[in-house]
Amino acid sequence: MRLRTLVWREIFERKNQLTTGFLAILLGITVIVSIKNITFYSEKAVMRELDALGANVLILPKSASVQDYYTADFNAEEIPEEYVMRLVMSDIQGLDNLSPKLSLPVKVRNQNVTLTGILPKDEFQAKAAWAGAGIFSRPQGCGVVVDIPGEAPPSPRETLVRNRVIETLASNEVLVGADAATSLGTKEGDKLNLLGEKFDVIAVLPQTGTVDDSRIFAHLHTVQELTGKGSVINAIEVVGCCSEISGGLVQKINRLLPDAKVVTITQIVNTQIRMNQMMSRLSLAFLLIIILVGGASIANYMYANVFERRREIGTLMALGAGSSLVLRIFMFKALLLGLAAGIGGYIVGTVLALTLGPRLAGVPVLPMPELVVWAIGISVALTLAASYLPARRAARLDPFTTLQEV
Amino acid sequence: MLKMEAAGKFYNHRQQIITALNDVTLDIPKGDFISIVGPSGSGKSTLLMTLGGMLSLSKGRVLLDGQSLYDLSPDKRARLRRKKIGFVFQTFNLVPYLTAAENVQIPLFLAGKDESAQKQRATDLLARVGLSDRLDHKPSELSVGQQQRVALARMLANNPPVVLADEPTGNLDPETSQQVIAFLDEINKEGRTVVMVTHDPQAALMAKRTLSLVDGRVFSDGHHHLATSDEAQTQKDWRQGLSG
Ligand SMILES: Nc1ncnc2c1ncn2[C@@H]1O[C@H](COP(=O)(O)OP(=O)(O)O)[C@@H](O)[C@H]1O
Ligand SMILES: [Mg+2]
Repeated sequence: MRLRTLVWREIFERKNQLTTGFLAILLGITVIVSIKNITFYSEKAVMRELDALGANVLILPKSASVQDYYTADFNAEEIPEEYVMRLVMSDIQGLDNLSPKLSLPVKVRNQNVTLTGILPKDEFQAKAAWAGAGIFSRPQGCGVVVDIPGEAPPSPRETLVRNRVIETLASNEVLVGADAATSLGTKEGDKLNLLGEKFDVIAVLPQTGTVDDSRIFAHLHTVQELTGKGSVINAIEVVGCCSEISGGLVQKINRLLPDAKVVTITQIVNTQIRMNQMMSRLSLAFLLIIILVGGASIANYMYANVFERRREIGTLMALGAGSSLVLRIFMFKALLLGLAAGIGGYIVGTVLALTLGPRLAGVPVLPMPELVVWAIGISVALTLAASYLPARRAARLDPFTTLQEV
Repeated sequence: MLKMEAAGKFYNHRQQIITALNDVTLDIPKGDFISIVGPSGSGKSTLLMTLGGMLSLSKGRVLLDGQSLYDLSPDKRARLRRKKIGFVFQTFNLVPYLTAAENVQIPLFLAGKDESAQKQRATDLLARVGLSDRLDHKPSELSVGQQQRVALARMLANNPPVVLADEPTGNLDPETSQQVIAFLDEINKEGRTVVMVTHDPQAALMAKRTLSLVDGRVFSDGHHHLATSDEAQTQKDWRQGLSG
């Protein structure tokens, strides 16, 4: 017989009465852990996407959301490729780089991958030259894409990954994202059958941790031709001059392309920040709710438990238990409850985050062991605080009165 | 060894003062066996519990081995109960979710004995009350007579010199009552001081002397004289009950 035995036995004897209070706390901890876990990884994923994007302005179809763009949701409408030329021909200043894209789901070697058509830089230059005007003739220097004299030109891989542009891409060439390459089992120099055509894999792109990893990139016009889509695109990624962006670049593009939606990365970041603030407020609200509901139901349970056990407490006192031992019996019980609810809530919350995270937020979620400390800390503090007054009442019971009742 | 000096106990019940003990003075020497009889509400339980350090007096003192119980702190008093006093109750008061052996271990656990010593002692004590084959039974799995025997074993756990029993046979049939009274007689013969509240006049006769309480006053304090052969015969029958 030890304190532990005594407390354990009692818990298991009357576990049904415990269920409500215990579940309230478990549920609260579960929700907090899963919210924290998912927001952490979705924040991280968005930051990584933004970092990898390189572009700072996106031109999308009116009905498309930024989320559609990230997840390459193909239900959204398209915009004509002609918009690119309109931009090129316009007098809008501060457009450093344009990268039109058309993404489609395709089946290759029985795998579902996203095929993304991109336009290499040389075609712009040709078009721009042909049109007698264009963005590449303007002075550069404020965007991302600057050729540093004396440096070897970067490989197609790096420029596509960092700057969203590639100098040249023949109509029968493809670039394969790292994950797509693994799942398809292809490597540089291989041939790949896509939509009935043979393509040369000219490069496998380095891992970026973004959706690009599971994509195949081909020439935009090839993609349009093979899918019979015509001259349309899903998005134009723009590298704009920061000073121009703050100076009304978005409004100018809006005026030029009234049927498209123009968003800046700042907007996306702000949306994300707002989203995160909302989530952290939500988890704070949950924290308050579990403190109130969970704490109240544990306190309520403990009072009932003390009342029900008053004869037992009186007996223990008659047998020589001091009030501190009685206090410890109830506080130890509260500690066990808190530990169980904290650990259980962490486990359930993590499982929930791991299964729901990819579906709700579209990001892979990994367990965060550091959350277990918080989960246990909150839960134990709560059960101890809620049990203190009932435990003290037990410790102060008058043994004679408790034993006299029949 | 146990003394009560001019003890008074008053309860305040709805602005009405109830006198449960009225100027009681007792001297209980070591090895005594006292039975306390009296009508319901006469203060028997109050007397027993104040003697056992469970209920403080409104007036007067209780001395155990010269130590005034209610001048001690509650925790010191609890420690004294653990060491020197064994309680037996009418309703046994076994802890329902613990086995017979674990119930007997409680006072040993409270005294800080290690687990193997606790188990050994509990096994021995339960053997003594004839429950060797019921160590792992919960109270609900035992008959009332067996439950009271577990309580008797638990009461003996820390080898207390004083035993206080409040109607220990109140819930038992005559046969088990006899066994319990016989057991109390047996431990009295080991040198323990026994004070027993009872409603049963025949059980009361087993004691060395009987106190009658009426309205909180000790009505008589006489040594058994065994005046009639009837009473002597009853006592003899009871004693046979123990051995049988
Ligand atoms: N906690 C209490 N509050 C008020 N009155 C009490 C309390 N406990 C006992 N009494 C009263 O004190 C008297 C003696 O009670 P008790 O010692 O239990 O008597 P007995 O055991 O002889 O039946 C009774 O009149 C009872 O009603
Ligand atoms: Mg009574």
